Amino acid sequence: MPLDQSFVGRVYPPSPPYEVGREKIREFADAVGETSAVHRDPEAARAAGYKDVIAPPTFAVIVSLKANDVLVEDPELGLDYSRVVHGDQSFTYARPIAAGDRLVVELHVDSITTRMGNDMLGLRAEIGTDEGEHVCTARCTLVVRGEDA
Amino acid sequence: MIRAAEVSVGDVLPPLALRITRADLVRYAGASGDFNPIHWNQRFAEQVGLPGVIAHGMLTMGMAVRVVTEWAGDPGAVVEYGVRFGRPVPVPDDDEGALVEATGKVTKVLDDGTFKVNVTASFEGRSVLGGAFARVRLP
Repeated sequence: MPLDQSFVGRVYPPSPPYEVGREKIREFADAVGETSAVHRDPEAARAAGYKDVIAPPTFAVIVSLKANDVLVEDPELGLDYSRVVHGDQSFTYARPIAAGDRLVVELHVDSITTRMGNDMLGLRAEIGTDEGEHVCTARCTLVVRGEDA
Repeated sequence: MIRAAEVSVGDVLPPLALRITRADLVRYAGASGDFNPIHWNQRFAEQVGLPGVIAHGMLTMGMAVRVVTEWAGDPGAVVEYGVRFGRPVPVPDDDEGALVEATGKVTKVLDDGTFKVNVTASFEGRSVLGGAFARVRLP
């Protein structure tokens, strides 16, 4: 069954703050193999002009995935998550995420389209600090495979 | 760190050979919070019609951008990064894992002075990330 078009334009209220920790950044950097000292050593990060250790470019997926859960679990939309595939992903940064940031995410449903029997859900996570500073825009397309696909 | 004055359109970035093993998938699942069983459970992956356990697309994305961050010398220089997820990368249950090859090339200087770098990632000679690019701000 096609997804309800009335969800386009819907905005989910900001999540509770996610506090970015130095050790989480180190763990994520290890997982993607980023070796730079700016992910691990606060002194090196400060010398490079940052307030604290900074996160690798795809770190924002941690908070944007959490934000997507709100939509995926919305019973009104009725998404079958076992049929969902990640189609694309992008991150646009005003500045790198840094340790000590308290991030809040506002999730926007930008589009719902159908292509070759699959529903395509265009989502945008606006990620900022709990003090109102914009940090990152994360966009993704979730593809919901049709019954016959 | 590389400086803007040292960069020209057409520059080819040093390529990377990225090895992904099952242990890497487990580590990434924990680090990212993506515990979808298709990335660690052979039985489940086969049940849903996959050839076996596959790498997180986001892990391939996160590893491939190292072509750009290692060239730039500062991971914070990457102000934008986007990919389309193409074919999956199956990761066998052995010590070799899967080998993904990543490349980058400077394709444009944008109006705001940032550089556009096209990124490719391939497995067994076939692309696994489509239309991947990063935008980089250099001093």
